Amino acid sequence: MNWLADNKLPLGAWMETFVDWLTNHGAWFFDLTAVSLEWVITSLVELFQWFHPGVPIVATAALAWFLHRSIPLVVFVVAAMLLIINLGYWNEMIETFVLVVTATVICILIGVPLGIFAAHKPWVYSYMRPVLDLMQTVPTFVYLIPTLVLFGLGVVPGLISTIIFAIASPIRLTYLGIRNVPEELIEAGKAFGATPRQLLWKVELPAAMPNIMAGVTQCIMLSLSMVVIAALVGADGLGKPVVRALNTVNISQGFEAGITIVLVAIILDRIFKAPGKAEV
Amino acid sequence: MSAAISIKNLDVVFGDKVDPALKLLDQGKTRQQIIEATGSIVGVHNANIDVQQGEICVLMGLSGSGKSSLLRAVNGLNPISRGSVLVADGNGHVDLGNCDAKTLRRIRAERVSMVFQKFALMPWLSVLDNVAYGLELMGQGKAERHQKAMEKLEMVGLADWKDSLPSELSGGMQQRVGLARAFAMDSDILLMDEPFSALDPLIRAQLQDELLELQRNLNKTILFVSHDLDEALKIGTNICIMESARIIQHGAPEDIVMNPANAYVEDFVAHTNPLNVLAGRSLMTAADKLSKTNGDVLVCGEKSLWLAADGKSAHCHGKNVPVQECSSRGNGSIPATGTMAITTPDISMRRAIEIRYATEQPVILMEKGKLVGVLTDHNFYHAMLGKHFGCNDAKVMAG
Repeated sequence: MNWLADNKLPLGAWMETFVDWLTNHGAWFFDLTAVSLEWVITSLVELFQWFHPGVPIVATAALAWFLHRSIPLVVFVVAAMLLIINLGYWNEMIETFVLVVTATVICILIGVPLGIFAAHKPWVYSYMRPVLDLMQTVPTFVYLIPTLVLFGLGVVPGLISTIIFAIASPIRLTYLGIRNVPEELIEAGKAFGATPRQLLWKVELPAAMPNIMAGVTQCIMLSLSMVVIAALVGADGLGKPVVRALNTVNISQGFEAGITIVLVAIILDRIFKAPGKAEV
Repeated sequence: MSAAISIKNLDVVFGDKVDPALKLLDQGKTRQQIIEATGSIVGVHNANIDVQQGEICVLMGLSGSGKSSLLRAVNGLNPISRGSVLVADGNGHVDLGNCDAKTLRRIRAERVSMVFQKFALMPWLSVLDNVAYGLELMGQGKAERHQKAMEKLEMVGLADWKDSLPSELSGGMQQRVGLARAFAMDSDILLMDEPFSALDPLIRAQLQDELLELQRNLNKTILFVSHDLDEALKIGTNICIMESARIIQHGAPEDIVMNPANAYVEDFVAHTNPLNVLAGRSLMTAADKLSKTNGDVLVCGEKSLWLAADGKSAHCHGKNVPVQECSSRGNGSIPATGTMAITTPDISMRRAIEIRYATEQPVILMEKGKLVGVLTDHNFYHAMLGKHFGCNDAKVMAG
């Protein structure tokens, strides 16, 4: 046993070497990514903060009504957003909202095509699955360190960590949705002369849509759950007051910021849940 | 006239090892042996069928007999491992066993439409959009395809349901949408894969009638898969019976019922209702088997009923018996009790029994002024007991 302990494998050192190598050789890539993502996020935040708070409130309420035709939901959305203004977290809420939406959009843009590809090529998924498992099980703090090194302090490493954590669910659910399209629908598409492209757009994607939407909702929730961790590496938003409250053992501040995060979560979940479908 | 669908020496093999499986097939190995040796499944072996324009050809067999595999080869959903499937296209033919993907898609869009057992409607589309689905795939504009779809929906009586989702419809209505979707393509050939099997018996019978009614006007070429011989007999112009990947008998419905090729077919036939299938000619006691005296024919020995050779008069124990001509069609009037009805040999068994029941006399079958045969109770019982197999040598005697 002593021998085993004495001859420790340098796993950590290997990883460090790898990250160093990336920093040295891929610096231009990571810098470019960091700069452009940061620019997108700050512009969006400035745009939303430039509006009078009434504009986003009315727009969100209208969206809720348009998607769900439910008066209780609209009332809830308006009341929740007014409460957030009352608690003084409007600007932080906008920052968090932009972070979550950006992360979700990137997850969808990457995850949905990957899910489709994996569904069509079963061997791809057999390689992809352990990677996805790893991304969801490795503690977030562990990959927070290299992202911090690669992208520097700020909102971008938070965003990247959020994406790593949240992207598995749209991939998995898109895969599941496409795999579960009933064979007879595919046959019907073929039998009426569909091209491979039409099979995807007019049979598989619409049939898998409830699953894909479930993946998107899950992705939003997972991104929100990363808000506090993103704050640790310097991302602005509702995570910051929580971290501050933790450091100063400030119960009231922690509670108010926490409530705001929950409200944002409920609003996003209720609005983006596929209308008329059973809850997932 | 050349056939609308012509299937020649068709083999369908599922699996990765098609060539070795075909080789084993040629060596006369059974399906089971081929699965064990190669893992490939033989769906169809050496099928040959011609289906004429306007014909309804029913593929019949138990599940796993290869009937669906054969059907799906006609629009290329199943692989054509060997042989050819010729589909009439314009003045010529396209061989689906040997054409590129683009031609195959064109054939599917323009020539061959399909109706599915489980309807296969797109659950996210309205009924109208489902009917227009094939047209949408062809790239037709919205207004144009909706107009066409509306026509077809009216044809199947579902115009009021155009904005509903398929899930809001009953099974029978969903299958009508499936039919309308296939009709909307205006293709001459219709493939129907057990379209009515998932429906309850009353709705099934109703849809069969509707299909026959529509077919009278549309005159499509229909390849129809069924595991129900009654259904096959009712709608088929010809029936093709399949057993473990092979076609074992192909013929007109009456042919199948009268002369089953083997025990498997006989088994099917034994469970059918002969009333709708058999016609007078296959039931009757032929004229040449009846006793004759002075040109009169003894049509019933028990009653000592004699008929003049020209069929114009009859007598029984010296008394005259009235004779009246009667239509062999299902809806004509029936002569009064005691009158002897004269009809044609194409009469259905059901109609003949109705006449026999109403007139209480044997039914006389004549063709072009000549006596062809007689139907008495004995003939009916014989058929109902399923003893009509090989009827020609049965000892059917009137006297």
